[in-house]
Amino acid sequence: MSALDDKSTDASASGGTADPGSQDSPKDKGGLAMLITFIIGLVGSLVVGWVVFPKVLYSTREQPIQFNHALHVEEAGGCDSCHYFREDGTFAGVPTLDACVDCHESAIGDSEEEAKFVENYVEPGIEVPWLVYSRQPDCVFFSHAAHVKKAGMDCVTCHGPVGESTSLKPYQENRISGYSRDIWGYDISGIFKKHEWDSMKMDDCARCHERETGSKGACFQCHK
Amino acid sequence: MKIDRRSFLTLVAGGAVGTALSPLPFKLMDDISIWSQNFRGLPIEVPVPEDGPATYVDSVCSLCPGGCGISVRKIGKRAVKIEGRPGYPVNDGGVCLLGISGLQLLYGPWRVTGPRKKVNGKWKPVSWDQALSEIADRLADIRNSGRPHSIAAISGRAKGTVPGLLKRFVSAAGSPNFFNIPANDDAYSYAIGRMFGRAGAVGFDFENSDFVLCLGSGILDGWGSPVRMFQAHSSWKNSGTKTVQVEPRLSNTAAKADAWIPAKPGTEADLALGLANVIIRDGMYNRQVERGRAFGRLVKLVADYTPARVSATTGVKEETIEKLAAQFAAARRPLAICGRGKGHTPSPAREVMATIALNALMGSINRSGGMIVSPEFDYIKWDEPVLDQSARTGLSASPAGTLTDLLKQAADGSSVQALFLLEANPAYTMHDAGTVKKAIDAVPLVVSLSSYMDESSNLADYILPLHSYLERMEDVPVTAALKIPLVSLSKPVVEPLYDTRHPGDVIIQLAREMGGSISDSFGWDNYEACLRQTFGAKWAKLSADGYIRKSTLETFIDTALTGRMDFTPLAEACANSSGRQKNSKDALLVPYDSMRIAADNIGTPPFCLKTVSDRVLKKNMIYVDVNPVTARKAGVADGRTVTLETPAGKAVVMVNVTDEVAPGVVAMPRGFGHTAYDDYIKGKGVNVNELLMPEEDPVSGFDVACVTPVKFTKA
Ligand code: SF4
Repeated sequence: MSALDDKSTDASASGGTADPGSQDSPKDKGGLAMLITFIIGLVGSLVVGWVVFPKVLYSTREQPIQFNHALHVEEAGGCDSCHYFREDGTFAGVPTLDACVDCHESAIGDSEEEAKFVENYVEPGIEVPWLVYSRQPDCVFFSHAAHVKKAGMDCVTCHGPVGESTSLKPYQENRISGYSRDIWGYDISGIFKKHEWDSMKMDDCARCHERETGSKGACFQCHK
Repeated sequence: MKIDRRSFLTLVAGGAVGTALSPLPFKLMDDISIWSQNFRGLPIEVPVPEDGPATYVDSVCSLCPGGCGISVRKIGKRAVKIEGRPGYPVNDGGVCLLGISGLQLLYGPWRVTGPRKKVNGKWKPVSWDQALSEIADRLADIRNSGRPHSIAAISGRAKGTVPGLLKRFVSAAGSPNFFNIPANDDAYSYAIGRMFGRAGAVGFDFENSDFVLCLGSGILDGWGSPVRMFQAHSSWKNSGTKTVQVEPRLSNTAAKADAWIPAKPGTEADLALGLANVIIRDGMYNRQVERGRAFGRLVKLVADYTPARVSATTGVKEETIEKLAAQFAAARRPLAICGRGKGHTPSPAREVMATIALNALMGSINRSGGMIVSPEFDYIKWDEPVLDQSARTGLSASPAGTLTDLLKQAADGSSVQALFLLEANPAYTMHDAGTVKKAIDAVPLVVSLSSYMDESSNLADYILPLHSYLERMEDVPVTAALKIPLVSLSKPVVEPLYDTRHPGDVIIQLAREMGGSISDSFGWDNYEACLRQTFGAKWAKLSADGYIRKSTLETFIDTALTGRMDFTPLAEACANSSGRQKNSKDALLVPYDSMRIAADNIGTPPFCLKTVSDRVLKKNMIYVDVNPVTARKAGVADGRTVTLETPAGKAVVMVNVTDEVAPGVVAMPRGFGHTAYDDYIKGKGVNVNELLMPEEDPVSGFDVACVTPVKFTKA
C-alpha cells in the first residue's frame, strides 16, 4: 500500500500533472490491493449477514417449565387430549392450568421441574406463561377447525414431530418483531426448507393452499 | 496503514455486494414490516382488536327479508363476528355473505352519526329537539293550510310495529298516503286475496317437494329466505328432488338445476299457462280443483295457450313444453314458484295467479311439499288513532293510488308537501330512478329516517339517523316463503355507537311534539312500551325464544282451500294483459340478482364487493352478459365498452360475451351504481333501475317492470 501512498504524494507534489505513463507499476499493485479490499468487505459482510446477524437478531429464553411431550403423549394419548377443540368448534390451543390439574393436582414423581410446576403455578393457581413457538401476529386469522376438522390435516404437518420431543427447546424471540424464531424458521435465508414445519410464514400457507386447493386464496381469508 | 477514499469505497462496495448476497436485508425488511404492523403508540396507533373472553348475543338479521337468526360474538363492547344461530327455525346455524358482513354496516363510515338538516344544500348538524320541533312546526303548517293529505310516507318494509307506527302517524295527521316499497310477497298476497277471497301469506314446503319449477326465481341467488333455500337445495341431493329453472340467464340457480329453460324474458306466465293447457288437455290434474269456482273459465282460458302458440311467444320448443308438463304432472309433490331473482320486485298478477293455478291443478296447495297459504300477520291490534277535524277531512281525500302515482304527483312540487322515508331508498330502488329523484327533490319537506347516508337521504331536508339493526329491539315479521311465517325479535347487540334513535321512538316523539289528537294517538311512553303492549301475553315467549310462530297444525289445517278457490281473477288478468307482448327487434335488457350484491336500501359492504367476479365488476365498470349471437348482430366484441340506451336512460358498461345468457338478452347485475353512502360503496357501475321504465300492472297496480328494449351504441 505504500506505493499507493507514495503515488498520491507524488501526484500532489507535482501539482497533479504527473505523467500517466510512469504509473503502470503502482496501478497494477493498486488493482490487487483493491481486489483484496473488496474481498474483505465482501467476506466480512457475508459473515455478518449469515452468521452474526441471526445471533444478534434473536434473544434466547428458556420455557418457564421444562415439559416432556413424548411422556404426555404416552400417558394421556394423542395431541388432542390436551390441545383440544372446544364444543363450539374453537381450538383451545395451549392448555390452561385446569387441564393440567386434572392429573397434576399434587406433584407426580420427584423431578425438580415437577416440584417447581406445582409449587409456582398449580398451588397459587397461576397460569404458566408458556412461550408459544407458533404464535402468529394479530393481523393473521387462522382457524384450526378448518384445517384439522374440515381438511383432515394432522398436527405434525405444520408443527412437526413435537409429540416425540422429550424437552422444550429454548425459545428464541425476534428482537424486532417480537415473534418466535420458529415462524421464519431456523434457516436464516428462508430458502433451504426441508420439512413443511420448518417455517410458518405466509408463503408457506400459500404454497400449501395452492397445492391442495389450486389457489393461494384471497388476502382477506386470513387478514380480516 | 492509512485507508484512502478509494479503498474505503471499495470496501463498502464489497460490503454492499456481500450484504446483498446475505439474507440480512430481506429478513430485516420482513421483521420491520411486522414490527410496524403491530406498532402501538404515537403517532400511529395500529388498530389491534381487544383481547378477552367472548360473549354472544342472539338476535335476528334484517338485512334482507330472509329473517335469519344470528348469534353475534363480542369481545368487550365490540361485536367481532356474526354467526348463524344454531337451531333457529329459519336458518339453523347458517348465514349468508351479506349477513356476516353486517359489522361493516354497523361500524362503517356510511352511518349518519347525528341528526342533520340541509341548509343551502349543505348538511348541518342539529339537535334532536330542534329537528323534531322544526319538523312538527312544518307539519302543523301543512295541516293548518287544510292539506293534511299532502303528507306522505314511504316505508322500506310493509309489516311490523315500526312501519305500523309511521302509518298510524300519517293517518293521525290526516293522510291516507302511506306506502311501502312493494316486493313479490305483496304480489302473492294480492293474488291470494283475489283468488281465495282473503289475503294471505304464501310459503312453500320445499323440503318435502320432489319437483320444483322456478319461473325465474333465484332460489340460490337470494330468493325467499336465502339461507333456508340453500339448505333446502342441499337436501334435494338426497331426496332426489328435480328442479327446472326458467330464466334467460344461466344464473347460479339455473346452473345447479336439472334443466335450464331460457324462455324469453317476461313470458313466464305464458309458459305456466301453456303447461296448464297440456295438463288439462291430457287430464293429468287433481280432480279436487274442479270444485273451485270458475274452473270452467280456467279450462277455457288455457285452451288458448296451446304448446304451439306458447312456443311462439316464449321461444321454448313445443316438445320441451309437452315434456315439462308431463314431468311436472307425474311428480308426486310438484311445486311451481315465481318471483324474479331475489323476488324483491313484484311479478305481474297474471304470472303469480298462473303459478298458483299450476299448483292448484296438481293439488299442491296446503299439503306437504306444496304451496302453503297462511293468514297474514294480525298481531298488531291497536285502537284506531284519534282523529281531529283536520285529520278526518284529510283522510276522506282519495289516496294517491300507487307508490308510482304518488311520486308522479310529487313532481309538481305541491301535491305532496311532506314526505317521510322510513328505511326506504326509492331514489335508488325504484324504476326510472332519475325521475324519482327529481320528484323527491320537488317535495318541500323530505324527512329521511335511515341509518345510512343513502341516495334518498341525500335528497332529504332532514335526516333523523336510526339505530342500526344491531343496536335496536324490534319485531321482525318474516314471511319470505317460509312454510310457517314467524315473528322474530331483534335485540340490541351493542350499545348505540352514535347520536341515533330508535325509529319507533322518533315517531312517538314527533307525535308528542305535534300535540293534540296526534299525540293522543300515541299513548305509549316509548317504543318498548308499545312493543310489549302489542305482544301482551306473548311477549314473554317472544323475548325468551327470540321468535313466535303458529304450530304446523294451525298452518296446514285448511286443506280444503283448493275447493274454494276462484279462477275468475286469473281469467281477468289474462284478458287485461293480452297484447302486452311487444315484439321489438331490439335486444331485451333484464336485471339479475346475486348473493354477492346487496339489494334494497342496503349498500353492498366492501367485504361482499371483494367477492364479486371481475367479469361482473372491474374497477368502476360493470359488465353486461351478452350472447355471442346478439353481440355479433350488434357488432360488439367481448371486453368492449359500450353505451346502452333504453327508453329510460343511457349507461356505459362493458360487454361480457358468453353463452350463459339467451340470445337477444342483455343481462345486467342489480345493486351497483350507488351515488351515495361513501367512497367505498358509491361510483361502482350502473344502477339498472335507472334504465327500466315503471310498468304498472293492469290488475294489481304494482310496478312490475322487469325487462326493457335496449340498443347498443359503441363508446
Ligand atoms: S339471508 Fe338475509 S337474513 Fe339471512 S343472514 Fe343473509 S342477509 Fe341476513
